[in-house]
Amino acid sequence: MSLIETRQLTKTYNPETVPVHALRGVDLCIEKGEFTAIVGPSGSGKTTLLNIIGGLDKPSSGQVLINQTDIAQLSENQLIDFRRDHIGFVFQAYNLIPVLTARENVSFIMLLQKRPAAERKARAMELLEAVGIAEKADVRPIYLSGGQQQRVAVARALASRPDFVLADEPTANLDSVATKRLLDIMARLNEEEGMTFIFSTHDQRVIDRARRIIRLEDGKITQDETP
Amino acid sequence: MKKQKRTTEPPFLPLLAWRNIWRNKRRTLITLLSVFMAVLLSSLMISIQQGAWNAMIANLLNTYTGYIQIHRKGYNDNPSVNLSFQASQELIRKIESHPKVQIALPRLESFALASTENLSRGVLVLGINPEAENAITNLTARISKGKYFAEGEKSALLSDSLAAHLQLQPGDTIVLLSQGYHGMSAAGKYSIAGLVHFPSPDINRNLVLLPLKTAQEFYGTGNRITSLALFLDSDSDVEKTAKTLQNQVDTSQYEVLSWTQTMPELVQARDVDTAGAILMLAVLYVIVSFGIFGTLIMMVRERIYEMGVLIAIGMKRYLLGIMFWLEITFIGLLGAILGMIASFPVVYYFHQHPINMTQLSSDATAIYERFGFEPIFPASMDPNIFVQQALFIFLITSIMALYPFWTLKKLKVMEAMKS
Repeated sequence: MSLIETRQLTKTYNPETVPVHALRGVDLCIEKGEFTAIVGPSGSGKTTLLNIIGGLDKPSSGQVLINQTDIAQLSENQLIDFRRDHIGFVFQAYNLIPVLTARENVSFIMLLQKRPAAERKARAMELLEAVGIAEKADVRPIYLSGGQQQRVAVARALASRPDFVLADEPTANLDSVATKRLLDIMARLNEEEGMTFIFSTHDQRVIDRARRIIRLEDGKITQDETP
Repeated sequence: MKKQKRTTEPPFLPLLAWRNIWRNKRRTLITLLSVFMAVLLSSLMISIQQGAWNAMIANLLNTYTGYIQIHRKGYNDNPSVNLSFQASQELIRKIESHPKVQIALPRLESFALASTENLSRGVLVLGINPEAENAITNLTARISKGKYFAEGEKSALLSDSLAAHLQLQPGDTIVLLSQGYHGMSAAGKYSIAGLVHFPSPDINRNLVLLPLKTAQEFYGTGNRITSLALFLDSDSDVEKTAKTLQNQVDTSQYEVLSWTQTMPELVQARDVDTAGAILMLAVLYVIVSFGIFGTLIMMVRERIYEMGVLIAIGMKRYLLGIMFWLEITFIGLLGAILGMIASFPVVYYFHQHPINMTQLSSDATAIYERFGFEPIFPASMDPNIFVQQALFIFLITSIMALYPFWTLKKLKVMEAMKS
């Protein structure tokens, strides 16, 4: 049983005016514990695929099954809860809440999950330590570098103990040192804790670390390899 | 699916909202200032308006009409000495036994023509018990010239504007002509003991006071009176007291009326004036509301992307809506509370040092007096005035908070995250 399964996924933007076919029948299975990079040139459909898997966008046709749950069948509120409890997001622009400290940002999802304060605090510190930024726990994002912010974002993505993490171009705004550090952390979390990571990227440094590479071109999978 | 023990809703939204409003300090401070000024000005305006009315009514009640009057049935609609009555000691005792009633003063009231050698004027003649009346209304303190009178004296006290109009001084004589009890003619000549100043300009222009027995002789009523004026311990519960007294007297013979019933035109004038003030307040609040709404629109529009992200990571739309509502309510309430705090000393100053139009403009003074107002405006310290402003702001902000809820309802996460 796959963690994620897409069946004949299509997505067409502006279907009634100037149709843009972002995805053209994508069949994909991702198993638990994978460290997968979805690569391809700009406009190939990487972000669209990630958004649809993450329940942020709806496919024009086809199905997305996560742990055998067809997410198209979920109501708006059920889908929000599903994302909160099952999917971790890491964005290109970090998207931390600027008025919260690093620790509060990590705790935020657990607050939404109404988890006890003690558990939130302990888990947030544990995750900040895991991404190597515990000493900045009480600092707001504005006082953190891009690399540090992205590490907090990774900690936030893991806070809800999701089934997998979707990372859209996570290293696009980072220098090589910060990129290496981030990838080291994610790889360790993948290896030691079995966390599933799915990246969309055209950063070679990420591609080099991936254990599965799915290449998309014009909305179709043209290559699916395990180096 | 993972299920863990859940606790009660954490109060993180207020914290988040509070921090969010300080993301743009300058904008928040400007909005706060507009609410602050609105509350300050509206509190001051309402305090002075209400204070002026309260003072005028209190002056009128305490120096002249009393809070409740008891007449013979029908007198209020047809005030005439023919509808006078003999107030038995039993009736007075019964009324004065009510815990709220301080005293019931017997009075004989009617109209007359007051004449001097060259001038005449229609006046209101009020026969009073000099001693008892003075104990309550402190008339001696209002004597501006001459002296107070005693029961049985054939002398009169004139309100000072009337005396000025008739060019009379203490020691002069005034002739009163009227129709007495059951059509008999009433005529009398009285020396002027003193002049009295009444705060109510209307009364100050028209009143002649006579000792009760002298007035009864003048009108030929014997020991009859036209009213018992009731003075209460405080101005609260007037209507309730009047109702209780109605049950204690024979209403087939007497009518028990509160001041709002004996002077409905005064109540009406106050209501019209209050409505005018409320209209001005409404204009003020509409202006402030647009200011707050402008801030709210900016707060919402510039955070569309953030809303998209928060919904994406698992925050429900209604929680986001509550967060925006809290943000705008915090600004509104903080401005209102600061406005209340600041308005308190200002209003207190005007309470202690009423605006005295006589010192500012003689034209304005004349206008106010023509309409029966004493041209002195003390501010009211009624705490309700301040609280009402805060509640009003709360109401405005709550209504405005519908805007972020509406925006969030329409928000498409993907479009928001591309904005």
